[in-house]
Amino acid sequence: MHVPPPVVLAAEGLRKSYGARAALKDVSLEATTGERVACVGPNGAGKTTLLTILAGIQAPDAGTVRAEGRAGWVPQTPAVYDKLTAAENLRLFAKLERIADVEASVTRMLDQTGLRERAQDQVAQLSGGNRQRLNVAIGLLSSPPVLLMDEPSAALDPRQRERLWEYLGGLTADGTTVVYATHTLSEAERHADRMLVLADGEALFWGAPNELQERVASPGDAPGDLESAFVEFLRQEGH
Amino acid sequence: MKVRTLLAKDLRILKRSPLLLGLLVLYPLVVALLIGLALGRGSDKPRVAIVNEVPRGQSLDVGTGTLRLGISGDQVRDHIDPVRVATRAEAERRVRDGDVLGALIIPEDTFRKIESRVEQPRLEVIVSEEDPVKARLVDDAIAAALSEANRQVARALTRANVRYLDLLLNGGNVTVFGERFNVLGLRRIGESVEAARRRLPRGSPERSGLDRVVRFTRIAQANFGLSSQVLTALSEPIRVDKQVVSGARVPLTTFAAAVAVAVSLMFVTVLLASGALALERDQNTFGRLVRGPVSRTTLLAEKGLFALVGALPVTLLMLLAVATFATVEWDRFHLWVAAIAVAAMAFAAMGTLIGALAREVQAASLLAFTLLLPVAFLALVPSGAVSPVVHDITQAVSFVFPFDATVDAMRSALYSSGSLGGPLLHLSALAVGFGVASRVAIRGFG
Repeated sequence: MHVPPPVVLAAEGLRKSYGARAALKDVSLEATTGERVACVGPNGAGKTTLLTILAGIQAPDAGTVRAEGRAGWVPQTPAVYDKLTAAENLRLFAKLERIADVEASVTRMLDQTGLRERAQDQVAQLSGGNRQRLNVAIGLLSSPPVLLMDEPSAALDPRQRERLWEYLGGLTADGTTVVYATHTLSEAERHADRMLVLADGEALFWGAPNELQERVASPGDAPGDLESAFVEFLRQEGH
Repeated sequence: MKVRTLLAKDLRILKRSPLLLGLLVLYPLVVALLIGLALGRGSDKPRVAIVNEVPRGQSLDVGTGTLRLGISGDQVRDHIDPVRVATRAEAERRVRDGDVLGALIIPEDTFRKIESRVEQPRLEVIVSEEDPVKARLVDDAIAAALSEANRQVARALTRANVRYLDLLLNGGNVTVFGERFNVLGLRRIGESVEAARRRLPRGSPERSGLDRVVRFTRIAQANFGLSSQVLTALSEPIRVDKQVVSGARVPLTTFAAAVAVAVSLMFVTVLLASGALALERDQNTFGRLVRGPVSRTTLLAEKGLFALVGALPVTLLMLLAVATFATVEWDRFHLWVAAIAVAAMAFAAMGTLIGALAREVQAASLLAFTLLLPVAFLALVPSGAVSPVVHDITQAVSFVFPFDATVDAMRSALYSSGSLGGPLLHLSALAVGFGVASRVAIRGFG
């Protein structure tokens, strides 16, 4: 008998407005252990707003968020101090997170992210890819069950992007749930188990990427690529 | 623990910002040096060159002995800082070079004209009109000094006249053209006439004639007695008794030191607090911090503490440098520290509000400068320099910013003038007010 993996993150009926503009309109999602969930949508769809609410950075106007433990947070722009070294950044956040063995955690994250040799370099001297690795490492310092990432590969070149997903693949294999925002459909196609399509704050689709492709395919035709399906889907939904 | 961790982080970042660190150390030292040079010019009175063309050894005799006229002497030091120069040409050159603010020429015939009691001597003033403020300062100072000299001469002449009146009344010896005379005086004339009158038979026509003379001498004696008081009053018709109704007298150097400390403390603290808070947004770390590890209130408190820790030693260093030039009381050092610390808290709270409103380091610095300069300027506008309405407005604006209260606190701390408690209470209230406003402002920050 198949036992569904436990839900580690669930959001229901989330609403958020900035003045007269509604950024989120009754959005719900859930993620299970080790699952990869992609939030996709055009610019201004509400992806970052959703993730910041899930991360607890801002409160929703309505709706609830339930999470197992506190989620790790990886913002789109690396949230690190340029004047500190990679190790100092990790040590600072490890202390603030009150992690029991700070030095062991710093060493572990430097090893996991391949930054050990650059540990004593100031962040200002690191490449964009290494900064993003450090950004992810800080999000994972407290070994959170869920990692929330806002467009994690946006500033990376293809090789760095591939390394990042390789690393995240290892995390999910070990049971960490990864929820991320992206507007790169090929990324969602390859690295998401389920995806939430947002447009103008509305949740238009929630399911596996291939389900979206099948939904928009003409009867009898083979489904096209996800990007074409996504554009067609938005058109059909009036966006 | 978290505050300590964040504080160590901010100090490490500051240490790795050599330009900012250099400015933080150099700025107050440069300000201190400039103040020191300004105060080191000597006194707080304008330097005025004095050219005394009166021949050496000539004195002013007004009848009561030689008068030492104080135009070029110690007496004028109350009003000006006199610099003796030999010639008019040298005086003109010094005024042109800006070495002195003005020059006063005392012509050689000055004493002769005063002694004549008919002619008025005319002194000459040389002043550069390039700077109207300086020119006004010199005009006022020289007018005050000459007023003092006029008063001295008038009193000496009055004393001489009173002495002559006394001679006419009571008699005595007087020397005229080297020959000594004995003057009988009205009082003794009256006594002699009285005696002669008593010796004449009653009803005789000579006795009634002497009666009229006796009445005249009595009236003359009574009025001459009053004349000396009248002349003394005329020599100085109006006397001034000064009463201080607000503020306390503080040496100008101490006031300058208090203003310098307030300016440095204000800029260093506000820029550190606003910059440190805005940096969290610039570096995108604000959201990461406040979503769990650190509350917004703790973060604000840490930024305030960081600004305080940065500003306190820098300001004390500057004050120690200024203290070598200004009048300070070293046994009040603990009060300096207290005043600087409380003022720094108020400025730090103001800085966090600026940082929360500006959200970027560069915008925060710009906003801080744009706001702080007029605040300092308004606080230093003296009453009487502008209309009462404008002054009330400047006072109201100054009241809600910490600069004015910091100057008051530093004045009280540096020199025993007025209560320190009032300004410290005011600064504490401003610290709380700005702190609450900052907390409200960063609700949507991040």
